[in-house]
Amino acid sequence: MDKQTVQKVANLARLNLSEEQEDRLVDQLGNILGFVTQLEEVNTDNVEPLASVVDIKLPLREDKVTDGGYPEAILVNAPEESEDYFVISKVVE
Amino acid sequence: MTDLTSLTIREALDGLKSKSFTATELTEAHIKAIEENKNLNAFIVDTTDQALEQAKKSDERYASDSSLPLDGIPLGIKDLFCTKNVQTTAGSHILEGFKPQYESTVTSHLLRDGSVFLGKTNLDEFAMGSANTTSYFGNVINPWKRNDGGNAELVPGGSSGGSAAAVAAKLCMGSTGTDTGGSIRQPASFCGIAGIKPTYGRCSRWGVVAFSSSLDQPGSFARTVEDSALLLNSMSGHDPKDSTSANIDVPDFTSKLETSLKGLRIGIPKEYRMDGMPQDIEDLWQKGIEWMKSEGAEIVDVSLPHTKYALPTYYIIAPAEASSNLARYDGVRYGLRAPGEDILETYKNTRAEGFGEEVIRRIMIGTYVLSAGYYDAYYIKAQKVRRLISEDFTKAYEKCDVLLTPTAPSAAFAIGENEDDPIKMYLNDVFTVPASIAGLPGMSVPAGFDKQGLPLGLQILGKAWDEETILQVGHRLEKAAALDLNPYKTASKAA
Repeated sequence: MDKQTVQKVANLARLNLSEEQEDRLVDQLGNILGFVTQLEEVNTDNVEPLASVVDIKLPLREDKVTDGGYPEAILVNAPEESEDYFVISKVVE
Repeated sequence: MTDLTSLTIREALDGLKSKSFTATELTEAHIKAIEENKNLNAFIVDTTDQALEQAKKSDERYASDSSLPLDGIPLGIKDLFCTKNVQTTAGSHILEGFKPQYESTVTSHLLRDGSVFLGKTNLDEFAMGSANTTSYFGNVINPWKRNDGGNAELVPGGSSGGSAAAVAAKLCMGSTGTDTGGSIRQPASFCGIAGIKPTYGRCSRWGVVAFSSSLDQPGSFARTVEDSALLLNSMSGHDPKDSTSANIDVPDFTSKLETSLKGLRIGIPKEYRMDGMPQDIEDLWQKGIEWMKSEGAEIVDVSLPHTKYALPTYYIIAPAEASSNLARYDGVRYGLRAPGEDILETYKNTRAEGFGEEVIRRIMIGTYVLSAGYYDAYYIKAQKVRRLISEDFTKAYEKCDVLLTPTAPSAAFAIGENEDDPIKMYLNDVFTVPASIAGLPGMSVPAGFDKQGLPLGLQILGKAWDEETILQVGHRLEKAAALDLNPYKTASKAA
């Protein structure tokens, strides 16, 4: 783990880190990745990855609207809103 | 009048039915206890007015003989469950002030059954932690103290630390928790109470702030095994709004509590006998085995060969899922916004300012292991080992009905200990994580004390959907241990 990788991952994760945080994370992430690397010892040839422990088929439902129609409830926690829209800074020139 | 806060839920229900006291009196007694114990920092928000209103309605139902299964029982709700119009923060600055416009399925079940909500309990930020020291709203203090005459403040365990401390300190009669890698069982052990994590899919995750979706599972805390079963009865059940919620019948979890253990096979996994385990815990485990034998159970040695790989597997899968789940906190629709020059800077500033150190660490690990070039080496590899861990349990359960192990490798430690190295903190969950990875149910029951007078729990793990047997064994264990679990006794001795 090096500083460049930490910066790249922080950008992917949309985190503005301070220089100090970056330095700390170089060490800490390195340690944690070292710890999880012990999985390499395990022979997993012909083992299927396990994504879900529940032995049920994901249910499907009819594709129709079942909820909605209350913009005021959706917007009540918005940092900024106007006329039933969330407001963000301009993204299209 | 008897001390209403010392009653069990079962006793309180009986007392309410026989009109020995009212739900309002019961709620008021707990509100007073909360006010007198603010130093524990167990609650982020008190919902006193709402609680008194709920209690009043409860009294009306008792008066008209139309009471509900948990009518008038004052509970604490982990601040990871969305509660309608009541601030829900997940212990994070990024959600400070967030008031959900909906009620989580689990809490709506508890309300349906007449319980009273006293407030939202403190927790590790986004349920990431084992000591309740990562909350934006401050550390939770364990009501237990060491009997060494010192006055060191101890952690309640985590992540559901506020829920566990509040029940142990008699600020509420029971509480909700969530368990991703041990977040119910480890704090239950540290605080000397019962805590159960049911099978993945038993309780709906709808309306619970997501940490690691394939591992998260709601469960309950209470001072007795029976009370934890009563709460679970209400919390469980199929929910079409959670696609991983199981559409199977919910039994009465109290039905087998009095059933004898005769003929039951209890497995002892040899891999849980770890180097460097404190003698107190080793001894307590042995004592538990003897108790089970004298109850007529058969003790079987079993092996879970991939146990040592459970933690590294967990620390790939959980952060990976967390990094994806926490991508939604971007300062646009709810929660904190830290404006930047453009939308990208707003995202980055908001997340850096809103998330604490442990959460940032896990998002970073998760993003790294999911990033191009590393996905197969870390994430897919971990999912493969996850299958091997799960198969270990399947094989063990061919030979036994439940497993008995220690809950945690230590008693509650002091605030500040284990903070120098994240991995040290992660090791707290060494005995709880494997069952989480396999989606299996487990519970911690107080079984003894260490040399410093601190409670220690034993863990009972079961087969999928067989919480009843876990509770049956837990109930026997509780009876055999016959502990006097009063944190204030050691506290006053220390003072």
